Amino acid sequence: MASLRTIRGRIKVVRNSQKITKAMKLVAAAKLRRAQDAVLRARPYAQLLDELLGSLVKARAEAELPPHPLMEVREPKRVEVVLLTSDRGLCGGFNSNVVRRAQRFLVEEGPRFESVQFSTIGRRGRDFARKRGIQTRKDYLGFFGKLRFGMAKEVADDLIAEYQKKELDAVYLLYNQFKSAIAQQITLVQLLPIVASQPPKQAGEKSLVTPEHIYEPSRPRVLEHLLPRQLAVQMWRALLESEASEHGARMTAMDSATKNATEIIGRLSLEYNRARQAAITKELMEIVSGAEALK
Amino acid sequence: MLKVEIVTPERRVLTVEADEVRLPGVEGSFGVRPGHTPLIAALAAGQLTLVQGGNEQRYAVGEGFAEVSEDQVRVLVEEAVRAEELDPARAEKELAERQKKLQSMRPEDPEYEAVRAHVERAAARALVATRRF
Repeated sequence: MASLRTIRGRIKVVRNSQKITKAMKLVAAAKLRRAQDAVLRARPYAQLLDELLGSLVKARAEAELPPHPLMEVREPKRVEVVLLTSDRGLCGGFNSNVVRRAQRFLVEEGPRFESVQFSTIGRRGRDFARKRGIQTRKDYLGFFGKLRFGMAKEVADDLIAEYQKKELDAVYLLYNQFKSAIAQQITLVQLLPIVASQPPKQAGEKSLVTPEHIYEPSRPRVLEHLLPRQLAVQMWRALLESEASEHGARMTAMDSATKNATEIIGRLSLEYNRARQAAITKELMEIVSGAEALK
Repeated sequence: MLKVEIVTPERRVLTVEADEVRLPGVEGSFGVRPGHTPLIAALAAGQLTLVQGGNEQRYAVGEGFAEVSEDQVRVLVEEAVRAEELDPARAEKELAERQKKLQSMRPEDPEYEAVRAHVERAAARALVATRRF
């Protein structure tokens, strides 16, 4: 049996770790709330843009015009996957889930394309790629904690430039979609060519864009103005959701770490008390038998 | 009265009532008053003016869109800053820096477009910050 002193030392170590995990959990919970607010605040803008795009695309299809170059589907030969991870660790399976899904994509979908390359957002994604010797086209670091729309725009503009140069035929984004504080879902979405997604209408909600609207300067010009922005907004939403997911994942991970620590402390205390009892009993026995021998 | 809403991707900047709003369209500024036809307009970076009674409030806005219907104006722009919150000296300095950067680039550069957009936004801010009308 371990000595009393070593058990006491171990309890202290676990207790210190527990203090840290508990604090991290509280911090993550506070940050999660802020990130969730940011997700909500981004909604009105994105919704109207979605709707605008939907109606413009419909009108264009009805007029039998060819799709805009950014929406035109080419045979996907060269494909890029953007991995959206976090800068920091200690958030459970948050990053490894993204990475695992990326590997699955390579195995399952990879053979369909001529080449698949990666870009990463977040330090963890970059580190993963480095460790496996995977070349990445671009690595974006230090976004999280101070997300600005300009960052989403930077990423989107770069992708559009590559796409227009025909260096890439399709771009996918892999990220943790925010479901709830305790649930994230790994999601793979197509960024380019742009897909017009009509948001599901709730009953009674009326459409903002009507056939009576006139377009200034013209429909094609408005569409042209809209598409790059739509991509940036999609990126923006993913960034916000990923950040909220990260804090959610960290909160859950730290919560279970704190619980585990409590359990370990309980077990160690039991062991410690038993050892102490045994030592006392042993000492008593020695005294008693010593007294017996003197008789 | 018009109900005007200014929304950026980051947040809802404001919702107010106004008599008139003047917007920077991609092909020149235009004004919207109550009773305007339904309209969807592409906006360039520039100055947005809200007219409330005799008062005028000016904002520097980034590129975006405006949607007008039933005396409601929704302005979707990438940024919106009140004139009073802008520092003229800083805005001018930023504009000069960005222009210098743009001049060092060629139109073929992949980042040219992005930098050009930056210059336009900086120009809008400088304009709104320094102009007093």
